[in-house]
Amino acid sequence: MSAHEDDPILDVRDLRVWYGTGGDPVRAVDGVSFQIGRGETLGLVGESGCGKSTLGRGVLGLLPDAAAVTGSVRFDGRELVGAPAAEVRDLRGPELGLIFQEPMTRLDPLQTIEAHFREALNTHRPELGKEEVRRRSLEALAGMGIPRTRFGQYPHEFSGGMRQRIMIALALVLEPKVLVADEPTTALDVIVEAQILGILADLRRNFDTAILLVTHNLGIVAEACNRVAVMYAGEIVEEGDARELFAEPAHPYTRELLRATISLETTGLNYIPGAPPSLIDPPPACRFHPRCPSAMRVCADLHPIEVRAPAGQRVSCWLHGPEGQIPAGGREPLERREFAEAEEA
Amino acid sequence: MKESSGSSGLRTYVLTRLALALPTVLILLTVVFLLMRVAPGDPITAALGARLPAKELEKRKEEAGYDKPIISQYGEYLGQVVTLDLGESVTDNRSVTSILAENGSATLELTVAAFMITLLVGVPLGLMAGRYRDGPWDVGGRLYGIIIYAFPVFFLGFLFQLLASQFGWPTSGRASPLVEYDLDSITNFYVIDTLLQGDWSAFWDVLQHLFLPAFVLGLTISGVLIRLIRVNLLQTMRGDYVEAARARGVSERRVVINHAFRNAMVPVVTVAGLQFAILLGGAVLTEETFNWPGIGSELVRYLNQRDYIAVQGIVTVFAVAVVIVSLLIDLVNAFIDPRVRYR
Amino acid sequence: MRQRRLSRWLAPLRETTGVSRWMFWAGVVIVAFFVVLAVFAPLLAPYGFDQVSDAGVRFPKQGSPDGTHPFGTTVGNYDVLSRVIWGARTAIEVVVLAVVFSLAIGVPLGLFSGYVGGRADRVLVLIMDALFAFPYILLAIVIAFLLSDKLGQGVVTAAVAITAVYVPQYFRVVRNHVISVREEPYVDAARALGAPRRTIVSRYVLQNVIQSVPALATLNAADAILTLAALGFLGYGIQPTDAAEWGYDLQRAIDDAGAGIWWTGLFPGLAIVALVTGFTLLGEGLNDVINPLIRARSTAKPEMPGRTGGEGEEAILSLDPAPGTDRPRGP
Repeated sequence: MSAHEDDPILDVRDLRVWYGTGGDPVRAVDGVSFQIGRGETLGLVGESGCGKSTLGRGVLGLLPDAAAVTGSVRFDGRELVGAPAAEVRDLRGPELGLIFQEPMTRLDPLQTIEAHFREALNTHRPELGKEEVRRRSLEALAGMGIPRTRFGQYPHEFSGGMRQRIMIALALVLEPKVLVADEPTTALDVIVEAQILGILADLRRNFDTAILLVTHNLGIVAEACNRVAVMYAGEIVEEGDARELFAEPAHPYTRELLRATISLETTGLNYIPGAPPSLIDPPPACRFHPRCPSAMRVCADLHPIEVRAPAGQRVSCWLHGPEGQIPAGGREPLERREFAEAEEA
Repeated sequence: MKESSGSSGLRTYVLTRLALALPTVLILLTVVFLLMRVAPGDPITAALGARLPAKELEKRKEEAGYDKPIISQYGEYLGQVVTLDLGESVTDNRSVTSILAENGSATLELTVAAFMITLLVGVPLGLMAGRYRDGPWDVGGRLYGIIIYAFPVFFLGFLFQLLASQFGWPTSGRASPLVEYDLDSITNFYVIDTLLQGDWSAFWDVLQHLFLPAFVLGLTISGVLIRLIRVNLLQTMRGDYVEAARARGVSERRVVINHAFRNAMVPVVTVAGLQFAILLGGAVLTEETFNWPGIGSELVRYLNQRDYIAVQGIVTVFAVAVVIVSLLIDLVNAFIDPRVRYR
Repeated sequence: MRQRRLSRWLAPLRETTGVSRWMFWAGVVIVAFFVVLAVFAPLLAPYGFDQVSDAGVRFPKQGSPDGTHPFGTTVGNYDVLSRVIWGARTAIEVVVLAVVFSLAIGVPLGLFSGYVGGRADRVLVLIMDALFAFPYILLAIVIAFLLSDKLGQGVVTAAVAITAVYVPQYFRVVRNHVISVREEPYVDAARALGAPRRTIVSRYVLQNVIQSVPALATLNAADAILTLAALGFLGYGIQPTDAAEWGYDLQRAIDDAGAGIWWTGLFPGLAIVALVTGFTLLGEGLNDVINPLIRARSTAKPEMPGRTGGEGEEAILSLDPAPGTDRPRGP
């Protein structure tokens, strides 16, 4: 598929993560595949509650006990799904890093910044001496613009933006090859957001770090990502080169998502009618069909098949065929009433 | 630079906290005063009415100031508290301060020992219950917490006394009569006094006497501590910073001890301050059960004799003790939790 | 659909794990048992609570359990079994009265303080916190002692003394809850729409706050049994001629322990433990239902149907069905 000379550093295939609730399971991630090459940034976009964050954590094996995982996550050729917990844990930090959405609560309020760094480095680099630990920590913090005088302070003495930079420094001091950034700027203001995105871009350039950037903000993806995957109700519906995909979206959901984005040229507000579906009981066949303006009869009957769209991205939508699989009359537009009833059932 | 900002924050915190404790003390004192005046008749008549002629009663009332208006009595009472002179008991003319010195030490010895038992039992069980949710430790710990809480101190005491009487283990008083007779009261804490004298057999005798009441009182409080630690640990275990530490590959053991447990202890310490009041209440019952000559059993004795002055004095001491302990707990919290100092 | 809605209120109970549910039902059974004892005490107890002789024959003093006195007799010649059964009636009476009194005072005070706020709130909080900090047994003793001259040492005195202990707790819980509910967006919205204060308090605030009351009341009932027994043990509870009370019986039994007489203390003690445990289990169960944060949800992994068909090839290249088309569908 994508023209990368190396093997992808992260190769996720048919990953499913279901949560047990006592009743029917929540299918947070349901058959997702993607790859990220070294030094590449993949943007993962979608509405809230579509399974983005679960996917990000699933890659690191950071899921609650009630989550069942199948499929495959290969990091640098090593299979993580089903690997012993201790083995995956040793990879977290030095190989796979994670930065979170809300920086305010991610640092232990009772420990100094120094203690956080010491813990991380002592865990993964026990051979480093005290001075070396300190030197590396201060260097990572300096890279994020945190002055060394604040090394001994407590989390509550920092602002949200500074805390997020500390969190990033804490991830980077271990020099991970893959960084999962779960909405890293959502809780921050625009100026800090730009700083953080700049930091991520540097990282990619200077350290060849692969980044999975989870966000609901398409503007960030356009700015920071090589490729983008659009997620809807636990599935990736479209994936491809960021520029091409934005120029020529193939999936109606991507199209509507782009239309709903507010920019300077926006004259009126667009939104996608309806709400993201329940992940416990998602709509049958194409999960987007109840909200899709281009829905056809086949969309309510059969799950779409992944194909390559004209612009080169992969897409799961009957609009793009394959023609041979659509039953006769399947291209007739779907009548609204029909699916209104289907939803009720 | 960091040090100075930290300690000045702490100093401000201590001062504010002290200022806030004052109204609490004042309200408690007022409640105590009013409660004692609601009682029918004046303290002198209540305690001695049947024993003294009317004239003598009048004289004593005047001496004690019970013919004055209630406001000035209130003022006098507050004055007494400030000067730490809480008057003399009506029935046996002991000053409240000496009751405090002689019997208060017994109560303190009992409560401190009991609290140590509580921590020894409660902290590990609470930790295991919160850590391994729904596992055998959790179920066992929760059941133990609920059932031990249901045991009145005096019933648990009764059961242990039944058991102890089989082995001849002492179940009454602070020491055997002979040991007590030989003891020089230096600090009035028998454990310390016997150690100071270097009398090991006396020390063992005192420890034997202390063990059962402290053990029983400590056990009954431990149930609450287990529940408290468990719930807080369950909450901190799903804390954001705990997940973040896991995401850095920190070992589960370290995550629990360094992050979850330490953070869970912050509210636990606060509530432990409130537990102290319950511990004091429990001490009254324990003292009655084991004939422990503490301030609680003195209170019950004076209540029975309707000696309002002594009762008022002892209750005042309890109230002030509770406020002082909650103050201390808050200060301990300020040391543990850096955020407190900046609030 | 309708069925679902009907059973929604039971859902939390079903979602709790085995242990929590088991504890809840154990509590129901224990409390129900004691309520039956209390209601039918005259029928169930072999003798009256202050009866010391039957058919002209005086009961033995500290007689060990036998055919006529299955739980033995006390130092005061009472029949232990009858005292235990009649004691259930006393305990339930006092607890019901105390809980009703505390609710009647604590809840309105808390609502008022929390909703009105300002200076009245601050003063009330100071007073209640001061009372809360006070050793509760002392408060109960002093009040029972003061009331004993006016009301005698009966059920009402004990209930009032216990009420004084619990009012601050209800006040605290209700007030704090009101304050958090008051700031909720939906209450704000109602206020912005011009809903009168009384409507807001009764419809939005009270209804929300009232949810936390059953669990608190049940847990306090457990505590009230212990306070009642403590009062009785110290001699400020109910007099033996007024009604049977377990705490009083235990006080009389303490001296028996040294002599190896176990039956006088064991049975009333076990009755206290059982009833308090029952109320606690019931209250904890209710708490689980109300507070989903503490509630342990099922942590079992869901069953995932296995996949059929070969995978690993990039489906996109061959235009074959993408992985996942044969996935299981929702009902």
